[in-house]
Amino acid sequence: MKRLLLRQWDLQLMVIPALIFIFIFSYVPMYGIVIAFKDYDIFQGLNASPWVGLDNFKEFLRAEEFRTVMRNTLAISFLKLVIGFPAPILLALMLNEVRIPIFKRIVQTISYLPHFLSWVIVSGFVLTMLSSDYGSLNIALEKLHLIDEPVNWLTIPNYFWGILIATGLWKGIGFGSIVYLAAISGVNPDLYEAADIDGAGRLRKIFSITLPCILPVVSIFLILAIGDLLSAGFEDILLLQNDIVRDVSDVLDTYVYRIGIKNSLFSYAAAVGLFKAVISVVLLTFANALARRSGNSLW
Amino acid sequence: MKISYGDRLTSGIIYALLALLAFVTFYPFWNSAVISFNTGADTSLGGITFWPRAFTLDNYEIVFQDKRLVHAFLISVLRTVIGTVLSIAATAVFAYGMSKKELVGRKYYMIFCIIPLYFDGGLIPSYMLIRSLGLMNSFWVMVIPGLISIWNMIVFRTFFQQLPHNLEESAKIDGCGYWQTLFRIVLPLSGPVVATLALFSAVGHWNDWFTATLYISDTKLLPIQTLLQQILSSNIMSEQMMQTSAAAQSHIASARSVTTKSLTMATMMVATIPIILVYPFVQKYFVKGVMVGSLKE
Repeated sequence: MKRLLLRQWDLQLMVIPALIFIFIFSYVPMYGIVIAFKDYDIFQGLNASPWVGLDNFKEFLRAEEFRTVMRNTLAISFLKLVIGFPAPILLALMLNEVRIPIFKRIVQTISYLPHFLSWVIVSGFVLTMLSSDYGSLNIALEKLHLIDEPVNWLTIPNYFWGILIATGLWKGIGFGSIVYLAAISGVNPDLYEAADIDGAGRLRKIFSITLPCILPVVSIFLILAIGDLLSAGFEDILLLQNDIVRDVSDVLDTYVYRIGIKNSLFSYAAAVGLFKAVISVVLLTFANALARRSGNSLW
Repeated sequence: MKISYGDRLTSGIIYALLALLAFVTFYPFWNSAVISFNTGADTSLGGITFWPRAFTLDNYEIVFQDKRLVHAFLISVLRTVIGTVLSIAATAVFAYGMSKKELVGRKYYMIFCIIPLYFDGGLIPSYMLIRSLGLMNSFWVMVIPGLISIWNMIVFRTFFQQLPHNLEESAKIDGCGYWQTLFRIVLPLSGPVVATLALFSAVGHWNDWFTATLYISDTKLLPIQTLLQQILSSNIMSEQMMQTSAAAQSHIASARSVTTKSLTMATMMVATIPIILVYPFVQKYFVKGVMVGSLKE
């Protein structure tokens, strides 16, 4: 063994530094989760800080913010799942029906682009579009006589979830459709020919051939989406929220950031983060078990 | 072939919806660009949509004269170039080693790599790690933690394993070691994979604003995205302030040709342009990239 290692020392030298790197940047933070069970004292350091068991978790469950944070997290991710998940599938189905190549290319080129922009730029666009003094949305709605005077959309709590979902859709719908387009192009063309002979229309072919054929891909992405149900979003919310809409915009991830990093309550915030991670694993397992029944599970 | 009335109606609706989607996606770019070429004073009067009403280059002139912005732009370029080159090089070497069947411990190494894909420590432990490594307020915090990407390693490794073996065999007979073979034979054959992963990594670096928000407080080290975020959020505050005394404020604003808003738009455009420039290349490779990504899942 030792001789073998020595003989391929140059090969081992290719992987060992990277493995040490992974140990530091991935495994050390895993160990760092113990902070959630301690009362971290900055002067004593992590190891010397006293153990407190599940106190941090109990504190979170009893906290005032628990209910609003959980409600926002679940509501926002549920909306994202219900609207944001089927939208790219719908787009892929529609693109697949287009018979003019140049039109298809233009729509694809434009709709993929937002995926490559940072959330900062995207939030800048949202602010520009929704601005109360020069925003195009207000201009358009005023022209259509739907509103009498400009509305400051981002400061009205009732609209926040809608703005968030629409922004996510704007950024992600095109790129999300690529996988489904690829799946659709893998469908056996003989099936469509047979359907043509039987006199099936376009919609009929979509529902009877295309959708059933891409179901395995859809189901895998659905499982992953359910596993992510407690990740209601982070960058988008952080960039679009303000104090006025805090009550409807704070989700688990932004709460961890605000409490942990900004208020330096490391132990408590780590406990909230771990709470989220554990429930996510449970959700993923649950969704996978459901999918296994239909034969399309991840593992 | 005969096309039924129902089919034609379906097509019509589909084309209309897709055209609408393209318009809605494109419009914010266009409108923001138009505002960046319009005088701030005129913009604050409202009503700017498709074309500038009072064309000017003042906004850009001021942005390019702003040392802070130019500096942030350079930091972004620097971190993107250094971060991408180092990360691709380190990950390729790692992946090449992992692709060799004779590597002792290969199976265990692979498990060691896959576990972090399922569990990670989360924000707080990572933050504490960076702090204890002394990377706070350092340029390298934007480069080092992302040096090895396990996903990219898997993509590289899959590609290396598919390469024909006889070339490497003959290199070995000629006395090339693993390192020489990788850099002389294998990497020159890996153009498309390197390009795809490098482009994705570069876009990620350029767009990342949160790392600097978390770990960097020294304004001299902020990348353009983070600086832009700070400008945008201070704009929100000033917008809120303006509502309290709208009349007085707009009077002052109309007296100047450049406003914070028109400047913000120009800054936003400057931060977006590099992405637009590489986008044609990204588009050429990224469909492949996504497919590789879905294979590895």
